[in-house]
Amino acid sequence: MTAEATIERVVTAATPFEDAFRALIEGDGAQAPAHIQSLRSAAFEAFRRLGFPTTKNEDWHFTSVAPIAEHDYLHITTQSGDVQRSALAPFLFGRSEWHTLVFVNGRYAPELSNTSGLPKGVTLLDLRRAWQEAPQLTEPLGRLTRHDDRAFSALNTAFMHDGAVLHVDRDVEVDMPIHLLFVTDAVAAKSMMHPRNLIVVGRHAKATVIESYVSLSDAVYFTNAVTEVSVAEGATLHHYKMQREGMRAFHVGTIEARQARDSHYISFSLSTGGSLTRTNIYTTLAGEGCGATLNGLYMLDGEQHCDHQTLIAHVQPNCFSRELYKGVLDGQSHGVFNGKVYVDPIAQKTDGKQTNNTLLLSDKAQIDTKPQLEIFADDVKCTHGATVGRLDEQALFYMKSRGVSRALARELLTYAFAADVLETIEQPSVREELERMTLRRFMTVADDR
Amino acid sequence: MSLLEIHGLTASVGDKPILRGINLTVNAGETHAAMGPNGSGKSTLAQVLAGNPAYEVTGGSITYKGQDLLEMDPEVRAQAGIFLAFQYPVEIPGVSNAYFLRAAYNEVRKARGEGEVDPLEFADIMEEKLALVDMDPGMLQRSVNTGFSGGEKKRNEILQLAVLEPSLAILDETDSGLDIDALRTVADGVNKLRDRNRSFVVVTHYQRLLNYIVPDFVHVLAGGRIVKSGGKELALALEEKGYDWLTEGEPVGVNA
Repeated sequence: MTAEATIERVVTAATPFEDAFRALIEGDGAQAPAHIQSLRSAAFEAFRRLGFPTTKNEDWHFTSVAPIAEHDYLHITTQSGDVQRSALAPFLFGRSEWHTLVFVNGRYAPELSNTSGLPKGVTLLDLRRAWQEAPQLTEPLGRLTRHDDRAFSALNTAFMHDGAVLHVDRDVEVDMPIHLLFVTDAVAAKSMMHPRNLIVVGRHAKATVIESYVSLSDAVYFTNAVTEVSVAEGATLHHYKMQREGMRAFHVGTIEARQARDSHYISFSLSTGGSLTRTNIYTTLAGEGCGATLNGLYMLDGEQHCDHQTLIAHVQPNCFSRELYKGVLDGQSHGVFNGKVYVDPIAQKTDGKQTNNTLLLSDKAQIDTKPQLEIFADDVKCTHGATVGRLDEQALFYMKSRGVSRALARELLTYAFAADVLETIEQPSVREELERMTLRRFMTVADDR
Repeated sequence: MSLLEIHGLTASVGDKPILRGINLTVNAGETHAAMGPNGSGKSTLAQVLAGNPAYEVTGGSITYKGQDLLEMDPEVRAQAGIFLAFQYPVEIPGVSNAYFLRAAYNEVRKARGEGEVDPLEFADIMEEKLALVDMDPGMLQRSVNTGFSGGEKKRNEILQLAVLEPSLAILDETDSGLDIDALRTVADGVNKLRDRNRSFVVVTHYQRLLNYIVPDFVHVLAGGRIVKSGGKELALALEEKGYDWLTEGEPVGVNA
């Protein structure tokens, strides 16, 4: 009896996706190469088995995905929406000349994209074109990340149909950032998108990739993205994730990187949108002499819930990692930071530092922070720490005693809190845009008081 | 009309009464020194004048330029020309000194019905003010007080004073933590800012500062009251004889 009941529950949980999955594999999705088709089926099997995680799952302890699970979603398989180029301007960091792939409601929009002038040795394709024209480039899909114990990654893999494939040949340095822009409009209401991206940076190559998730509407929709990243020997990748979804959207985004020796992976994650969002950023330092930097900023208000989970896996000696996540929480928002640094028994001389600082602007805002070190080597230097604080009353008084209004003092102090993590952004246009966003956000908040 | 009139002022921190009836009148252009042992209430008086919310005024009145000062928020007091040089200037990482100073300068100008100045105009103003306190222009690009030495912090306070051009400047133990060279520099800066329209209340534990900033009046606080007032020679007497001869029979500490 018990076993039957369990099976029934799991089947029920997966049922809304069964039809959509069948429609995909029997329809448009049948164009995918054979290995992708079998990957999809295995992943859907995994999702059936896993169901959505509950808060009993340690990785989801502070985040209930019930709001995501209780909706039925349409899977949009054709081009849709009415997005004009001009509507994208606020999301382009003032740099429309950057190489940009635009996806509207989960589907590649060539008419809005700009891939002209890509340097020799750089291939940037949408996923469906990649597996038609350069299927060998898509071979790593599913190998740099796993989905057998991750429901959302399994769901993404099952529905993988569109996304970006970037391949940078060895020794090629791409100066101009490459922007992957996922935008939704009102047509996305009640639908789900499963963008799947693959970024491969060759030996001694260098690139900057920005992944943006933005919306032109306040519709309820569900983005479930997975990005696989390979950083080859001596290569460098700057990888920015900008989560600026609509305020009623659900977003689960996973980035998983694998680094070869002497490679550098520099990640920055911004989260300001969505009603319930989860960002996973995982990197494995799989060779000696690697560096990983995982920084981020989340700014929440209202009833937003935003969860970040990071994993830095040191599995070889002589690597370093730095992590700084900052949160500014207002209203009744709820932030979660769960960061793990794992150090394998052979990963001697690991140098790791992890910090999470949160500023609470209201009495009802809440943060759950869980920085974790799991160290199995005995000759390492690793530290971690978390702070939660409010605006410094002494500093507020000091500023007011110079004639600065309460609103401006509050804004400056909030901005100052976020400033040091923003300063770590190397790409000047991205940094300036985020600085502007941060200032703007708190000017509005301050004026409300 | 006097610039500042304090009558029967009482104030406490939490449940602890600190000021127990202060009476003081300051006219335009006068420099008053407030001296006293630790716990006498002299720093509390400075904080209360600036409107620090950590101190609760429990009685009495303060009239500034004919207005009820206690009704005014700290920023309004500053805009009306009150300036407090802090004993412990607050570090504000992430906010540049230049940005902060210009923001404060413009807020004060706005309150006076004057137009805001842009960064270029402000740079010209700063050139003159920096010279006044012998400060390196590089300090402007650093975060407010962050990582400044004790002397640099106090000099930065006097720089702010020079920029905001207050009617009433309160110096709260500006000499504490300074070596003699730094003290001279800071005092020189203050002296250059003295004029017949600007009044000072100089709170200090030591008479030494008053060798450089010579006051018109000296008040001795003990137990939250002014127990003696006099001219600058009173400070010298205090230096010789200490505070005890004045405070016998008076509660010295705040808990007495």
